[in-house]
Amino acid sequence: MPGTDPKNRRLAALFYIALALFNYPILSLFNRRVLLWGLPLFYLYLFGLWAALILLMILAGRSKPQTMPFDRPGHTD
Amino acid sequence: MLDTGPILAVSFGYVVLLFAIAYYGDRRAVQGRSIISNPYIYALSLAVYCTAWTYYGSVGRAARAGASFLPIYIGPTLMAALGGVVLRKIIRVSKIHRITSIADFIASRYGKSTLLGGVVTVIAVLGIIPYISLQLKAISISYLMLQPYPEISTPIPFTEVPVLRDTAFYVALLLTLFAVLFGTRHLEATERHEGLVAAIAFESLVKLIAFLAVGIYVTYGMHDGFRDLIARAHALPELRSLFVLPDRPGIYGSWCISIFIAMAAVIFLPRQFQIAVVENVNEDHLERAVWLFPLYLLAINLFVLPVAIGGLLHFPAGSVDADTFVLTLPMAGHQVSLTLLVYIGGMSAATGMVIVETIALSTMICNDLVMPVLLRLPFLRLVERGDLSGLLLAIRRGGIVAVLLLSYAYFRFIGEFYELVSIGMVSFAAVAQFAPAILGGIFWKGGNRLGALCGLLLGFTAWAYTLVFPSLVQTGLLSADLILEGPFGISLLRPYQLFGLTGFDHIAHSVFWSLLFNTGAYIGVSVLTRTSTIEHTQAVLFVDVFRYSEEVDESPPPWRGTARIPDLTSLLRRFLGKDRAESALAAYADKHRLAWEGELTADAGLVNHAEKLLAGVIGSASARVMVSSVVKEEPLGIREVMHILDETRQVISYSRELEKATAELKSANERLKELDRLKDEFISTVTHELRTPLTSVRALAEILHENPNLTEARQREFTAIIIKETDRLTRLITQVLDIQKIESGKADWQTTTVDMKELIDDSVNATRQLLEEKKIRLIRDLPEESPTVEGDRDRLVQVMINLISNAVKFCPSEAGEIAIALEPTPDRVAVSVTDNGVGISPEHQALIFEKFRQVKGEETGRPQGSGLGLSITRHIIEHHGGTIRVDSAPGRGATFTFTLPLSDPSA
Repeated sequence: MPGTDPKNRRLAALFYIALALFNYPILSLFNRRVLLWGLPLFYLYLFGLWAALILLMILAGRSKPQTMPFDRPGHTD
Repeated sequence: MLDTGPILAVSFGYVVLLFAIAYYGDRRAVQGRSIISNPYIYALSLAVYCTAWTYYGSVGRAARAGASFLPIYIGPTLMAALGGVVLRKIIRVSKIHRITSIADFIASRYGKSTLLGGVVTVIAVLGIIPYISLQLKAISISYLMLQPYPEISTPIPFTEVPVLRDTAFYVALLLTLFAVLFGTRHLEATERHEGLVAAIAFESLVKLIAFLAVGIYVTYGMHDGFRDLIARAHALPELRSLFVLPDRPGIYGSWCISIFIAMAAVIFLPRQFQIAVVENVNEDHLERAVWLFPLYLLAINLFVLPVAIGGLLHFPAGSVDADTFVLTLPMAGHQVSLTLLVYIGGMSAATGMVIVETIALSTMICNDLVMPVLLRLPFLRLVERGDLSGLLLAIRRGGIVAVLLLSYAYFRFIGEFYELVSIGMVSFAAVAQFAPAILGGIFWKGGNRLGALCGLLLGFTAWAYTLVFPSLVQTGLLSADLILEGPFGISLLRPYQLFGLTGFDHIAHSVFWSLLFNTGAYIGVSVLTRTSTIEHTQAVLFVDVFRYSEEVDESPPPWRGTARIPDLTSLLRRFLGKDRAESALAAYADKHRLAWEGELTADAGLVNHAEKLLAGVIGSASARVMVSSVVKEEPLGIREVMHILDETRQVISYSRELEKATAELKSANERLKELDRLKDEFISTVTHELRTPLTSVRALAEILHENPNLTEARQREFTAIIIKETDRLTRLITQVLDIQKIESGKADWQTTTVDMKELIDDSVNATRQLLEEKKIRLIRDLPEESPTVEGDRDRLVQVMINLISNAVKFCPSEAGEIAIALEPTPDRVAVSVTDNGVGISPEHQALIFEKFRQVKGEETGRPQGSGLGLSITRHIIEHHGGTIRVDSAPGRGATFTFTLPLSDPSA
């Protein structure tokens, strides 16, 4: 069942972590008019976190789910 | 100056291209070679989430308020992580129950309620029309800006452009045409539109490419890269504020809330639900879409800040609306093709949204608003009309036209007052009201119809009061006092500071209160009110959907009752059209290997399938109404509904096994108890039997002892009795020991050759006294030759004596007669003892050979003896390999016959 599938649990964990990182108060740490490597710190943080999250989602979604109940005709990948 | 000509040509050309792609997509779908059945197309189609708001409005928001344009995209990224659980469940439920819209989903979950469906539809329409008008505004403005190319002038207010010269109007008409052609060509039970999805995916690609193009141009063409732009912005204090969030109270609250409602919007916006759920071809596509879509969002936001800075740097402050930077910057740089590309990109963004949104809304309007009303209007008697598919299509198309016209009207009258992003956020706040009902619906079985209804109504009212109502002030329809002082001067009811809550921007404030009332009412009312059977059923089917869909192909039918197949068929024909109805039924028959040529009654499975087919076309609530009109349904009680569900079927069969085992245990217990009772009876009988002679012996012995003067005759009499009684005692005890030995197999048997005639004579002699006492006549019927058997002589004598003494007991005295007969057969000898007593009734015949069983003697009420005699007899006979039986009828005496194998069968 998807609720207990380890893949989904990893993704759910990612969700919670990301939720915390994208919000107050952690967010407020980066909300400064500061430049890092010539780029705004806030944007670096946000886009960097965003890219990292996507990457982690790709990795977390790697494994096949334990049960494969779907066997639809016309399944192309 | 770009002539109207080229612009229009480009615009129309683009739309024609879309038509072509959509047409091709549909063609391929019909051929079975779908071009959209892959995860990349699915992910791209999800990007219909990005509209003109993203395309134009993000830059505008960035220029005005820094990084606060981002939460709208972070929300969906976060939601993607949960996509596996939430979205997959919604998709699975929708596939199984043929759900084709948000209104249908909510209506279906809460007991197929038409009222809920209607409420959701109204909320959706009212909430989305501003959003659609936003797109029309974007198209209009972009066109107006483009016209004086390369001059950039503040456009004349578009409200002054007569309608018939307004591009937006024509675009709206074109979009209506597109939506009608590719969204409502025929009634599809699954409501999938492959051509449409192909066109949408294409548009997502175009807008991404266009935006990246202009972004690259501004960053590397007009400047020297990111760092250059940032450095320049950094040099200007007023531009540094773009690097961060605006510095005002409640900014983090707004950020947070924006993320949340964006998370809700990415699934619950009608167009998102349509694309993500209804148009989904294969659940597995989710796996990749889950990160592809966030990647798209990241890409399309990369250059927002650079373009905003570029625009602010280039144009003198306030001269050009920041919402148009995306277009005006390439114009300022005299890049014709890029400008046109950007223009096309903007059109993609706007038209994609409009098309899908109107189709989704029209489906809801038809299935969940208009049809339920029409079906209930008695004078229309729609139930009896022949073919309603034409009517349905007409309503759908009418819905599309109505929505677009209303949106255009909104755009003309109200649209000028607001920046793009604000309008969009108001719509987001509206669809966020669906979140409690839907999320609660798939994770909590306790949510019921009344709760959902109250939640939705309260949430919607709060939303309207805190966002829509005060915005009318700006249009001049209402006085500003309402905002400043509250209605009737009640300051606690000020729309923007409800109950005194300050420090939030309007959107956040509204979302907070509306969701608070919504969720509170949903949970509170659900918990406090009763839930009907159908709501329970749906709740289980939705929340536990993965359990049921893995075991059975179609979920177990909650219908009970029968319908006539002709009725069902005509019902389906009415709504699906003749061809579709017939092919659908044939497919079902094929799959389930049924032949209903001669059948008249439809089983529950077929009824349910028919309902689902109808639900795909007219919505689940109406489908239920229609099907129930032809089904004679027995009322469902909770118990019966539960019986039908698979889970309980297993429980029932298991409990039947338990019942069987219990029954067996019970009967075994009964037998044990009976045996126990018999044993107790036996013990009491035996002890009584033992005691009686003992008592006499004792009494007599006492008398003898006390009275030495007794006459000799008397003395002899008494001692004789004592001897007799002790004999009896001994006999009894011997018998008990005997049977115990025989039954436990510890008896020793002495086998010799026994002469039967001798045997009988000996036993007669032994019982002579008994016979003489009761004056019983003895008849012997013995053959000439005496057969012999191998056996234990003493035991066999015991058998004969037992039978004879039994016969004596039951013979009447004076008139009794006993006959002993010996009959040889080729390999056995049969001995029978017949008496002329009262006989034994058939019930007793079966019992008398059992231990402790006795039949009452003729003269005494109380049984004599121990009840063990016949039992021992039978054991002995059976040990010798023989049989014993009794023939008797009440009043006709009894004959006991036993057989034994001969010593020498040939004799």
